[in-house]
Amino acid sequence: MELSKIESLLEKYLNAETSLQEEASLKSYFLSGDVAPHLQEYQAMFSYFKLNKSEILETPIQLNPKKMNWKWLSVAASVVLLVSVYMGNGFLEERKARQQYAQITSALHLLSSNLNKGNKAMANLYVYEDTVNKIFKPSK
Amino acid sequence: MNQSDFLKSVLPFKDKVFRLSKRLLVSTEEAQDATQELYFKLWKNREKLAEYKNVEAFAMTMTKNYCFDRLKSKQASNLTLVHSNYKEKDTALEKKLEYQDSVSQVHRLIESLPEQQKLVIQLRDIEDYDFEEIGKMLDLKPTAVRVTLSRARKTIREKLIKQHNYGII
Repeated sequence: MELSKIESLLEKYLNAETSLQEEASLKSYFLSGDVAPHLQEYQAMFSYFKLNKSEILETPIQLNPKKMNWKWLSVAASVVLLVSVYMGNGFLEERKARQQYAQITSALHLLSSNLNKGNKAMANLYVYEDTVNKIFKPSK
Repeated sequence: MNQSDFLKSVLPFKDKVFRLSKRLLVSTEEAQDATQELYFKLWKNREKLAEYKNVEAFAMTMTKNYCFDRLKSKQASNLTLVHSNYKEKDTALEKKLEYQDSVSQVHRLIESLPEQQKLVIQLRDIEDYDFEEIGKMLDLKPTAVRVTLSRARKTIREKLIKQHNYGII
């Protein structure tokens, strides 16, 4: 393309009046490498545009991201808390019951041993009564 | 809309979404995350997609809004600036360096533009959309797109000339 045409296109380009086709021809001129010296500054600009367009997304796109959903973590934590409180309560009650059971059994032991003492004393009383009966014959 | 239909309609412009995100968010990682997030959102709203005549324009608008949100949110306050290394073959080393330098200079110039101008340059000069489409994406009138674009192009050119003449920006 002749230089005069390029210059007039550039003028239009700066006023943003060029069509996409005209801009494409400007791009191809400046990327050809054979650029008039007084238009050098445009070359860097168009080269940059082209370079930038060649940059692509390198990471694959996932439609179901692996990202952890933190909302669910709080739900899980509250469930764990609830279960542990429930279980803990069960254990506590069982321990209390065991303690009560132990207390009751020791009390019953005490009671029964004391009762046995009383029985022995009663046995002595029977012996005493027998002897008394031998000496003082009961009247018939 | 099943998965393969969905992918057929939205995958062709994934690179455009990525580049637009990168233009606004600067960092490659941020842009990758943003693209992933946007596609996930599109997938969740796949039933509604059929209602849009131009899914691509809709996706670009979503990208723009999402990136602005990201920039505003506190999460993005520690964004890092990452400049990509441009590869260019078949030029002598010195020339290559000089060339690369002026090309990455353009990158920095665009970065210093206001957001709206950045967007318009990206959509027009890099992605080759017409004014009608850009207007739809950015919710602007085509004439407003033209004015913004002209301003952006002139700014870049002036700064490049200044730099060319004095070796500084």
